[in-house]
Amino acid sequence: MGGDPAGPGAARGKSLTGTSTEAAAPALLRAWRNLRWWVGSVLGDTAYARYVEHLRRLHPDAPVPTEREYWRQRYAEQDANPGARCC
Amino acid sequence: MATTQTPSSDGVELIRTDPHQPPVAVRERRPMKPAAKGIYIAIALLGAVGWTMIAIIRGESVNAVWFVVAAVCTYIIAFRFYARLLEYKIVKPRDERATPAETYANGKDFDPTDRRVLFGHHFAAIAGAGPLVGPVLAAQMGYLPGTMWIIIGVVLAGGVQDYLVLWLSTRRRGRSLGQMARDELGTFGGIFAMIAVFVIMIILIAVLALVVVNALAESPWGVFSLAMTIPIALFMGFYLRYLRPGKVSEVTVIGVALLLLAIISGGWVAQTEWGQSWFTLSKVTLAWAIIIYGFAASVLPVWMLLAPRDYLSTFMKVGTIMLLALGIVIAQPTVQMPAITSFAINGNGPAFAGSLFPFLFITIACGALSGFHALICSGTTPKMVENESQTRMIGYGGMLTESFVAIMALVTAVILDQHLYFIMNAPVGLTGGTAETAATWVNGLGLSSPNITPASITQAAADVGEHSIISRTGGAPTLAFGMSEVLHTALFGLGGKAFWYHFAIMFEALFILTTVDAGTRVARFMLSDSIGNIPGARKFRDPSWRIGAWVCSAIVVLAWGMILLMGVTDPLGGINTLFPLFGIANQLLAAIALTVVFTVLIKKQLYKWCWIPGIPLVWDLVVTLTASYQKIFSSVPAIGYWAQHNAFKTAQEAGAQTFGTASSPAAIAAVVRNTFIQGTLSIIFATLVILVVIAAAVVCVRSIRAGGMPTTEDPDQPSHTFAPRSFIATPAEKQIEAQWAEIRPARVPHGASH
Repeated sequence: MGGDPAGPGAARGKSLTGTSTEAAAPALLRAWRNLRWWVGSVLGDTAYARYVEHLRRLHPDAPVPTEREYWRQRYAEQDANPGARCC
Repeated sequence: MATTQTPSSDGVELIRTDPHQPPVAVRERRPMKPAAKGIYIAIALLGAVGWTMIAIIRGESVNAVWFVVAAVCTYIIAFRFYARLLEYKIVKPRDERATPAETYANGKDFDPTDRRVLFGHHFAAIAGAGPLVGPVLAAQMGYLPGTMWIIIGVVLAGGVQDYLVLWLSTRRRGRSLGQMARDELGTFGGIFAMIAVFVIMIILIAVLALVVVNALAESPWGVFSLAMTIPIALFMGFYLRYLRPGKVSEVTVIGVALLLLAIISGGWVAQTEWGQSWFTLSKVTLAWAIIIYGFAASVLPVWMLLAPRDYLSTFMKVGTIMLLALGIVIAQPTVQMPAITSFAINGNGPAFAGSLFPFLFITIACGALSGFHALICSGTTPKMVENESQTRMIGYGGMLTESFVAIMALVTAVILDQHLYFIMNAPVGLTGGTAETAATWVNGLGLSSPNITPASITQAAADVGEHSIISRTGGAPTLAFGMSEVLHTALFGLGGKAFWYHFAIMFEALFILTTVDAGTRVARFMLSDSIGNIPGARKFRDPSWRIGAWVCSAIVVLAWGMILLMGVTDPLGGINTLFPLFGIANQLLAAIALTVVFTVLIKKQLYKWCWIPGIPLVWDLVVTLTASYQKIFSSVPAIGYWAQHNAFKTAQEAGAQTFGTASSPAAIAAVVRNTFIQGTLSIIFATLVILVVIAAAVVCVRSIRAGGMPTTEDPDQPSHTFAPRSFIATPAEKQIEAQWAEIRPARVPHGASH
């Protein structure tokens, strides 16, 4: 899983690109790709791309942070606003 | 809110909030197709067969797979029918109404998240060591009571609580349970609820830390591998900050590989002389190490330690649980524990004292009903839900998944040899600590399986690479022992028992420490917020004020640290005395959450459906208040904290040198002190909850007299997005998704390739 599914292009669904090749791909490969998408999304690989998209859609004039800046901000916010973990 | 509805002939109703946009909601209320009916009937019948095999036929050798069958079939039926009833009669989701995630979208905490991803987030947040430890301890009463409570409890209580709290919070901008209690029950009810949450959090962290200490004490292998998680997490933190920001799954996979290496190398280190002398730590040393660690983790920036550890723990949690489920199905182990043991009836069990009612129901908290989930279902998850319908799959579905984890934990405990189970779970005061004394004690219990020899006890410890397995209380070692049996068999011996045992220990310790980190931090913020309310101490509210953060962290860590040390040094066995307190605390939190839900239903005049949260609320109050009553007033020293306190105090005053399991005057003094603190905490918990319930009762009566009262629900905002309602999108939903994809093609990560 070393390759990176984080870029805006990598984690797209069928709505965007090459449906024909995807349909032809064996079911096992698709299952593996879905699993990678799911694990990556749960952990946060797509978080930056999603944030950029959010900014472009709702605040088109706002400056877009780099990925490094984005993660700094995100951790700083977690610092100030912790989330609970359950037993 | 202007909406247009276009019913079509096949019972599918499309709802639009804007004529120029595709529909934002779809209602499909058609009768079930015959094929679907057939499938559900088949699932119900299969579930019935499963229940018959474990509950009625019993027999000499029940195959553990029947537990999985009975559980999964019941979950599917409950999710399809009972949760659906809640949806139709109480939740009444309207997906044309925008959720807080859409209305307040900021790309951060308020962020509409794909339902399957959010399910993963939610599950990772609610599932921890609780559903693994409780069922293991409850196995001393036999496999049947625990299984029934885990499965029936989740359907009627746990799932209901999680689903309805998530619903309440989603309709209230994702407010927290404490805030909702204040809004709905008034200032007093709210303040009591907030104090209860804080105190409960402290006891919870202490008991979980105690589980880790018990699992690692005198185990150089375990200590080494867990210690290695700190440099691994630091490495991951620096990697993400300076080398490759955002490559989270990449660094997590590297981290997991390093973790496996740490487990393997732990085995080598534990065989060397220096390894044994460095990493063989006593319980007290370990407790102090965890206290110092908890403080450091709470004041360090999250990117350094907490966040990477959280990635590891999420990954391991989901991965290991899938592995274990697969292992049980492949290995098909046979259950060794009887359906019901004499300890369930006589209440004299070695792992924890007290009879089946009420103590089984507080020992198994997480997995059946866990109040702590209410803190995740309010505040965190509701800010990410895409539409109101999804609260069913995330709230109720997430809880069903946790219940499944609890069932697997129970299975791994009941497939162990009964003698080994009791040797591992009895306090050292009973087993004596050596193979000979432990064998004599356990053979005297009159268990239904053949007696055990001291040699086979020593051999069992050697098999998993441990020095001793006697009195390794707390549940974690037993679970690890059971998991090593299952995975060793399922993978045809690959890895070896010792590796899997330490893998399991590491896996549990890892997410307990994550809970300790995060819990300390949350409690620290609660404390600094409360201190900030005092005039003159406003500065505490500023989270960037370092001194304030240090002071509050120190107070929180000292609070749970003292309870931890008390448990570690307790001559009566810390788990034995503290675990009931943990269970009571967690279940009392559930009582508070269900009280808030119940009050809202009364205010909304949903009298006809109040029984849905009412049943678990009444049951939970009966269980927890009975347990609290017995813990406070019972005259049996093994059960009542004060009875124990008075017995030891009398002995102390008479100048006794030894008394019961206490072998010195200092130990007697420790018992006197510990039982005083435990007894006081029981009184505080029960009183707080009674006060919250009274506050709610007053509000309910007032509301009924007034013919309903306004709640603090947010006004409707029209939604402008669409998302399917459950795990699998229906054909109608897929069509609408495609229409939205045309006008809004840029939605980055939405959905895997179907």
